[in-house]
Amino acid sequence: MSLWRQLSRGLRVLVNRPAADREIADEVEHYLEQATAEHLARGLSPEAARRAARLELGGVPQAREAARSYGWENALSSTLSDFRYAWRRLRLSPGFTFVAVLTLGLGIGAGTAIWSAVNPVLLRPLPYPAARRLVALADRLDDGAPLGVTYGNFREVLARSHSFGELAVTRPWQPTLVGPDQPERFNGQVVSAGYFRTLRVVPALGRDFEPADDQPGGRRVVLLSHGLWRRAFGGDSAIVGRSITLDGEGYTVVGVMPGDFESLPGSFAELWTPLRYPLTLPSEGAEWGHNLAMLGRLADGVPLETARAELLAIAVNPVTEFARPAWSTMRHGLTATPLQAELTRGVQPALLALLGAVLLVLGIASVNVANLLLARGVQRRGELAMRAALGAGRGRLMRELLSESLLLAGLGGVLGVGVAVLGVRALVRLAPADLPRLASVGVDGTALLVALGLSTVTGLLVGLLPALQLSRQDLKTGLQEGGTRLTGGHQRTRQLLVVGEVALSVVLLVSAGLLYQSVARLFAVDPGFTAGHVLTMRLATSGDAPGDSGATARFFAQALSAVRAVPGVRSAGLTSQLPLSGDGDLYGAHFESSPDGRNEGRVTRYGVSPGYLETMGIRVVRGRTLDQRDRADAPFAALLSQSFARRKFPDRDPIGQRLHVGPERGQWYTVVGVVADVKQLSLAGAAEDAVYLPTEQSWFTDVELSLVVRVEGDPLPLAPAVKAAIWSVDRSRPIGRVAAMRDVVAASAAVRRFAMLVLQVFALVSLLLAATGIYGMFSGRVTERLREIGVRAALGASPRTIVAMVVRQGLLLIGLGAAAGLVGAVLASQLLVSLLYSVSRVDPLTYAAVIGVLALVSAVACGLPASRAARVDPTVTLRAG
Amino acid sequence: MEEPSTDVIQGTLDLLILKTLSLKPMHGFGVARRIEQISRGVFKVNPGSLLTAFQRLERSGLLNAEWRDTENARRAKYYALTRLGRKQLEAETADWARRAAAVSRLLGAEG
Repeated sequence: MSLWRQLSRGLRVLVNRPAADREIADEVEHYLEQATAEHLARGLSPEAARRAARLELGGVPQAREAARSYGWENALSSTLSDFRYAWRRLRLSPGFTFVAVLTLGLGIGAGTAIWSAVNPVLLRPLPYPAARRLVALADRLDDGAPLGVTYGNFREVLARSHSFGELAVTRPWQPTLVGPDQPERFNGQVVSAGYFRTLRVVPALGRDFEPADDQPGGRRVVLLSHGLWRRAFGGDSAIVGRSITLDGEGYTVVGVMPGDFESLPGSFAELWTPLRYPLTLPSEGAEWGHNLAMLGRLADGVPLETARAELLAIAVNPVTEFARPAWSTMRHGLTATPLQAELTRGVQPALLALLGAVLLVLGIASVNVANLLLARGVQRRGELAMRAALGAGRGRLMRELLSESLLLAGLGGVLGVGVAVLGVRALVRLAPADLPRLASVGVDGTALLVALGLSTVTGLLVGLLPALQLSRQDLKTGLQEGGTRLTGGHQRTRQLLVVGEVALSVVLLVSAGLLYQSVARLFAVDPGFTAGHVLTMRLATSGDAPGDSGATARFFAQALSAVRAVPGVRSAGLTSQLPLSGDGDLYGAHFESSPDGRNEGRVTRYGVSPGYLETMGIRVVRGRTLDQRDRADAPFAALLSQSFARRKFPDRDPIGQRLHVGPERGQWYTVVGVVADVKQLSLAGAAEDAVYLPTEQSWFTDVELSLVVRVEGDPLPLAPAVKAAIWSVDRSRPIGRVAAMRDVVAASAAVRRFAMLVLQVFALVSLLLAATGIYGMFSGRVTERLREIGVRAALGASPRTIVAMVVRQGLLLIGLGAAAGLVGAVLASQLLVSLLYSVSRVDPLTYAAVIGVLALVSAVACGLPASRAARVDPTVTLRAG
Repeated sequence: MEEPSTDVIQGTLDLLILKTLSLKPMHGFGVARRIEQISRGVFKVNPGSLLTAFQRLERSGLLNAEWRDTENARRAKYYALTRLGRKQLEAETADWARRAAAVSRLLGAEG
């Protein structure tokens, strides 16, 4: 009620000030009349009565003023008039205003843009109810590396743990839907029936999976994403209950997920089907592999620590009811990580580094503008001193100076929002494709609030120093000097600002330099193959009748011959795993000669066709390659990667050794050759232990293979012809992941490259800002000292000594700044460590290069003013003074 | 004989205004004179402060203001207590009585 009155009364005054004033005047007038009448009644003369009444009021205007100064609207309108005044003053110096607004706009915009990326990815909770209670569970290897869980582990934890309200497992699934035109493969997930209940998301249409759907042998069911439902089925609301054909099998659609459902644990998944795990499978079979991702929702009131302790307790206390095969003993206990942390693990260091960097950029921008304001304030010293002499209070003057800087920052903020919108668009384009929640990166309400906050804070920071400096000044000297010279205090402040600016930009330059070195060295790493002129695509055959491996093999063989016949194709081959593409299936292996029969737990298995190694340019180090000889009915042959062979057989010839890959009682493969190490998972990692087997001799038939094609010239333009050749064999086969191998390699380092590119832009901007800051400072110095320089020149100082004088001081400041910056850079580089590759964070080359660049830039920035100083004509300047 | 007049004690002007208006609605001059009369001239009200206090009390919903004709056919701004104002007056009166009693006890106590 009273708040409403406050608001409405205040607004009424704001809207119609004259009416409000008139009302107060009337009230005062009435008071005066009454008082006068009273004095008259006491017998005073009319003249004396009026005087007495006025005296009692303490002056009519004073009484009016007292009454009208009450209320929030007065503070507001005086603030508004401050801003109006500031606006008029800024308009008088458009150049200054332009530079200041541009600088602040860049800083605020960059800050807002980075915030817009960091907020949805790292800070905002995942888009599920009570998302902070969701955790990812994983097994781990002896060295702590994470590993998927087996179905047995899932069943056991599900039955024995009490810390979780819900638990679910998922596995990727890429079914093919043969439509009217091209067959299409979709990203999907096979999930346990409780998956969506764990996330607490319910389908918008139809129903969720029920435990009965998860039984093997029952009817196959599928849930569709809203997008897929709209795209592939025209948003038909009668879809529920209909049967669709995926991979040649009939699936009944039981529901459609809501439009705003984001599938984050399985990114880009568009359809889901229950796991239907056949418990009748032998538990020591390969089907019980570490191939499930597990997630859970902590039960109410259970802290994560309790859940972790319970998981460990379960792991170390096996029960007979849940027999554990040798490879899934949960020896180290399952790990439990908050789901959000797990999903953003890959990008978190890069985003945090960028957040730090953007704060530095904003800092430099602020320092620059503070410097400009200070220089500008100095020119207004005379005016300010005069007004102070006429009675303007210090608070009043500070308010005025601050309103100017706030207005600048406000304009900068408006520009910044524009910069942020463009910046976010660029960030999204540059961002690694696997950045979670990329779609929700954008300038939203909170980003606007951040822009507002940044503007206010920078406006205050930028203005406070000059305002304090200028309003504190001694009146007398201000009036006497009347001109534009600086006193010692201002001079020191400006010098400190330049030192700070240089220091901040050194930190950024070093960080950018270190990342650049890392990325450059990363791409200089030999991946073990030659990526140039290689086209890749993923072929799938899912849809063949189960068990008809003959049809699958026939299709791949025919497709390969068809591709080889395409003009422009030099060679072609197939592989089950494409290096650096994200493929990374690991298998156990067992060498016949291993004394203790020990299993090799993590061997990358490549099922390859003849021609694969040649097409990829993977060097054969010893023995022979795999070729047409190695057919299904020939002796089983295998190739080892070089470092694997060296580790297993340091003093023996690996050729002729025999090993099992996969099932322990499977076929023996004989090593016929050794090939160069290939980086499978990442350029930065060590080479994986690898075994190459002919697809025809593998213990299972790969239903998906990557085609690699070496072409003449640019690979991508040949893609349509290659696809056409494959489809000429069989029209129903889906083709995906078409890319030039060079791009696959580049994408594998996308996070680092992303951080590097953005940091480079920031470093460049900061260098420019610092250079203009240094230039502005010295150029101002020279202008201020024109007379002194003129006198010196008149007294015989040579241009050289004058230049030396100006430059000496510049070098001192820049040196100080650089020294502080180097210390800062060493500290800041700790943030970067996880992004660096084969570069020390105190890499001397980078630091030296940064100093070199800085020296060059500062030479220009203080050389220009110095040369102007040297050209000073004493006769002109002395006369002008 | 009139006692020497003093300014209203800091913070009590609102209470005095509320009390005065609790009898009947009045205009500003009336309130000022009334306070002076009842206090037998001890309190002298500064008109500027009085008008500002009216603004404040009206904004906080303790008073309602209305332009009305006076008995001598002149328009004046009359102030009247709202229900909220009456409650506030009761609370402040009780508070004041408590404070005043405490102060007198302190002053009356033997050193």
